[in-house]
Amino acid sequence: MAGADPQALQEAILAAIEAADTPDALEIVRIGSLGKKGELTTAMKSLGQLEGDARREMGQALNAVKDAVTQALEARRSALAMAELNRRLATETVDVSLSQRPETAGVIHPLSRTLDEILAIFAEMGFTVAEGPDIESDYYNFTALNMPEDHPARQEHDTFYMTPDADGQRKVLRTHTSPVQVRTMEATSPPIRIIAPGRTYRSDHDATHSPMFHQCEGLVIGDGITMAHLKGCLIEFCRAFFNVDDLPVRFRPSYFPFTEPSAEVDIGCSRDGGGLTIGAGADWLEILGCGMVNPRVLEYCNIDPNEHQGFAFGMGLERLAMLKYGIPDLRPFYDSDLRWMRHYGFMPFDPPSVHLGLS
Amino acid sequence: MKFTWSWLNDHLDTDADMSAILDVLPMLGLEVESVVDRSQALAPFTIARIVTAEPHPNADSLRVCQVDNGDGMVEVVCGAPNAVAGLVGVFAPVGAYVPGIDLTLTEAEIRGVSSRGMMCSEREMMISDEHDGIISLATDAPIGSSYAAWAGLDDPVIEIAITPNRADCLGVRGIARDLAAAGYGKLKPLKSEPVVAKGKSAISWQLDLPSDQAYLCPRIVGRSFSGLSNGVSPKWMQQRLEAVGQRVISALVDITNYIMLDLGRPLHAYDADRVKGETLTVRLAKSGENMTALNEKTYQLDDQMLVIADADGADDLAGIMGGERTGVTDDTTTMFLEIAIFDQVSVAMTGRKLNIHSDARYRFERGLDATSPDTTIDYVSAMICAICGGTASELTAQGEGADWQRQIGYRPERCVDLTGVSVAADKQKTILETLGFSIEDANPMWHVAPPPWRGDIVGAADLVEEIIRVSGYDAIPELPLPRQRVVSQPAVNAEQKRPIMLRRLMAGRGMSETVSFTFVDAATAQRYGGGSSALHLVNPISTDLAVMRPSLIPVLMDVVARNQARGESDIAVFEIGPIFVDDPPTGQHPVLAGIRHGMTAGREWTGSARPVDWLDVKADAMAALAAMGIKTEALQTRTDAPEWYHPGQSGTLNQGKMVLARFGTMHPAYMDAHDLKGPAAGFEVLLDAVPIPRQKSSQRALANLSPYQQVGRDFAFVLNQDVTSEKLIRAVRGAGKPLVTEVTVFDVYAGKGIADGQKSVALAVTLQPMKATLTEAEIEAVSQAIISAVEKHCGGVLRG
Repeated sequence: MAGADPQALQEAILAAIEAADTPDALEIVRIGSLGKKGELTTAMKSLGQLEGDARREMGQALNAVKDAVTQALEARRSALAMAELNRRLATETVDVSLSQRPETAGVIHPLSRTLDEILAIFAEMGFTVAEGPDIESDYYNFTALNMPEDHPARQEHDTFYMTPDADGQRKVLRTHTSPVQVRTMEATSPPIRIIAPGRTYRSDHDATHSPMFHQCEGLVIGDGITMAHLKGCLIEFCRAFFNVDDLPVRFRPSYFPFTEPSAEVDIGCSRDGGGLTIGAGADWLEILGCGMVNPRVLEYCNIDPNEHQGFAFGMGLERLAMLKYGIPDLRPFYDSDLRWMRHYGFMPFDPPSVHLGLS
Repeated sequence: MKFTWSWLNDHLDTDADMSAILDVLPMLGLEVESVVDRSQALAPFTIARIVTAEPHPNADSLRVCQVDNGDGMVEVVCGAPNAVAGLVGVFAPVGAYVPGIDLTLTEAEIRGVSSRGMMCSEREMMISDEHDGIISLATDAPIGSSYAAWAGLDDPVIEIAITPNRADCLGVRGIARDLAAAGYGKLKPLKSEPVVAKGKSAISWQLDLPSDQAYLCPRIVGRSFSGLSNGVSPKWMQQRLEAVGQRVISALVDITNYIMLDLGRPLHAYDADRVKGETLTVRLAKSGENMTALNEKTYQLDDQMLVIADADGADDLAGIMGGERTGVTDDTTTMFLEIAIFDQVSVAMTGRKLNIHSDARYRFERGLDATSPDTTIDYVSAMICAICGGTASELTAQGEGADWQRQIGYRPERCVDLTGVSVAADKQKTILETLGFSIEDANPMWHVAPPPWRGDIVGAADLVEEIIRVSGYDAIPELPLPRQRVVSQPAVNAEQKRPIMLRRLMAGRGMSETVSFTFVDAATAQRYGGGSSALHLVNPISTDLAVMRPSLIPVLMDVVARNQARGESDIAVFEIGPIFVDDPPTGQHPVLAGIRHGMTAGREWTGSARPVDWLDVKADAMAALAAMGIKTEALQTRTDAPEWYHPGQSGTLNQGKMVLARFGTMHPAYMDAHDLKGPAAGFEVLLDAVPIPRQKSSQRALANLSPYQQVGRDFAFVLNQDVTSEKLIRAVRGAGKPLVTEVTVFDVYAGKGIADGQKSVALAVTLQPMKATLTEAEIEAVSQAIISAVEKHCGGVLRG
């Protein structure tokens, strides 16, 4: 074998490697070449029969053949493995247009969303949240808000009354969030800057009235707070909430027993083309009531009206939600129809904030 | 409050057109609710006479009429039975739009006869539902003139909302006065012919009130009229009354109604011949006294109610409604007129007790012009005599008059102090004076006396409102609220933040948020452990909404049932809101509750969906508690959930004695009560029972991450069935301290190979060394400790 031709040997083995079309066939080629009794191994064993330069040259040549064969085997092995993998993967093909494994998505009620937006805006203006109970005393709901017994404004409240207690005292379901004003002024001292969202109740049930609804009250008491601040604060709110920079906001005289002077606030809108668009237009929409806190209310809360003054406002959350999100009817807010909730609800992972946007 | 444009102009001398007035009314605080101007729509309709009416040659039910429309003769085919020659009616020419039939008339040929226009019924013009025939007018109606103008239908009707403080604007004159103050014209003087009073009044007033209740009727004025003829009121009056929705009755009744709307001054007219005796007495009713009012209803009175009585008893509910027995009729010839001031509160209370809502009550309880009995009686008397003829007697009056005069100390700077808008002192003075206030300028203070019709003005803030209302709210500047800090602070505290955070958590867990009424029906309230009498509404809107809810579960069950009825399945809903256990503020508790129903997902091809169960809702409750900072592995589970849960598949999560949450499969009997089918499980987290973590620094404790490998060991114990996994885990944790960091149940088995009443529980225990890699000996020592602890505390043995 000393006369073996390394070149021919290499060509023959490489051809066999190339011809091997399965891992098993390739293994046979490997054993036949590099195995204990393989051609190349045998050729290398026979090197000892050579002497001197011939032995060295032949050794080098056979080593080169071995390298080439080893590389070719490795390359062929991975090529065959890849082909095998590809064949297997081809059998695993599925219809990827099938639906994914189900996950249920929950939604946040539009009222909660609206409240979150309101909180974000008023937080920017330095307000904190105050709360009060749904079942309220006559005193907090009416008397301390300058609506003594037999005040004609009481009749317009369509009040729900609770069963009177043994002393004949009857509580009410609060008809507005304004009692929180009184509770806050009693519990703290000026300066005050709060908003008070919550459920409110009136005994009225038709297409545009619900026996339970939601309001958000605001109260600011501080040195030198005037109606100009009231105007600035609420205009800022309206424009931020409706996301209309040049939203026209109009203040009209009105009457609430607990504010003096009082105002109702309208925002501009347009009904061109049948739909309602919030913004500059020919029409006005009433959205909230406000005014300077009536000195009598301050007196009821043991705040000296000669020393302190401020403003209060109240708005209906449902109305704000309906206007902002184009929700046409009131009743479905409380009906929990899942179809309505999926349509008008909000996903939980994009809460409103000033830095990420309110809408 | 409704009035017509011409009516307003009776009191207001103005060059302003109607649209300018409509624009300014809301800016004065008089919100315009509607404006109905029919003059445009009725413009094409003219008065015309049917000159001849011949039978239609080709149709028995039709007539061919020659109509004189003032410009000439027009041929009209008409089907109305009353279309006869000589009838004066209303004609619509070709080109006119007839609203009642929604048609613009064209020249038509009706069965071979041409018809160029139509004679109309009231319904066709949409002025009433009358459609018995075409309109038939008085024969002297002016042919060719506008029908709307002749009938007074072209006078626009304006309706405004009057806030409770503006009793003075419950009459047209008050509205005119406001407009005059705003610079929109001048208030015309109230002109009346002087009344020539003849003889004493046939009836005189008497006050019979307890001395400490004289305030109930501070002033009452009256006079009798004789020789009246109570026919129909004049056409202009009828037109105005009808335009504002007031029924036309008879001249005397119409006059009292007209004055009420015109001056905001309710009156009452008695038929003097039907009054028994010669005095009418203002007194409190006697308990049990009865009276039939003008609405023909009989009322049982009590001794708090102010009435006016003749010799036969009460026959007028003072300020609310007159009595039927002494009221005027069409035959009345002698009448006694009452103009009075009654106590607002008394009128309101009586009205509410008797549930009578009248226009008079509405005005009395909001407060009348205190001087009006004396200042308006002649105006009213003159109108009565002018319309009904007859003569007026001298006046009869009682009462010293109401104590209405007061002075308000006012500094003109108060205006800018309160509103930020500076109005010149002169201008302030002019505004107040035009509104009827009188001012004594005692520099720097003014003494301002409100007019008698402004009982609502009691302080300086009220005066400021009057001034800026008239000078215009638009002039108030806009100032930003002073900013206390550059970077704003949180608006909510830790407790208030929770519902917001939990709402997002629950929605993220696939549940949808509901907002439900906080009241339920009484039976439901009772079934869910509530319904104490303090929580019952006296006047619920329906029996379904009568008691404050004691739990959110029934409300959510109804939500699921409603959606199930709509064809939804596999429902997951939650709500965050109050429940009520008592009526003081401390009896209201915030709760997060949820219900999962049906399968975890709808039918789908992977088959991953499975029925919901208590494990799903336990996970919800645990997630909520964990989000609120509770270490849930330290909670104790007890099996004392309320009865609306399945007794064997429910529990409570407790921290010491505090129940933080409850959960479980819903009880089938409770589900039946809500008509709810299919598997359902629910949970309630009692938010105010969950402690707020103490205010911590934002700094976290250093993370202690061991460099040594953790080791897992599995154990299976055989225990009695009643040993809970919680107890088992606690024993294992206790024994393995501090190496054991996690204990998880990975199998529970009972059945073949395990004795009756026993179970096998398999645990995966994680050991985490902190100081060095664990040796076999150490692991063995811990394992033995665990095994003996389970034996000791739980009676369990290692499963062989």
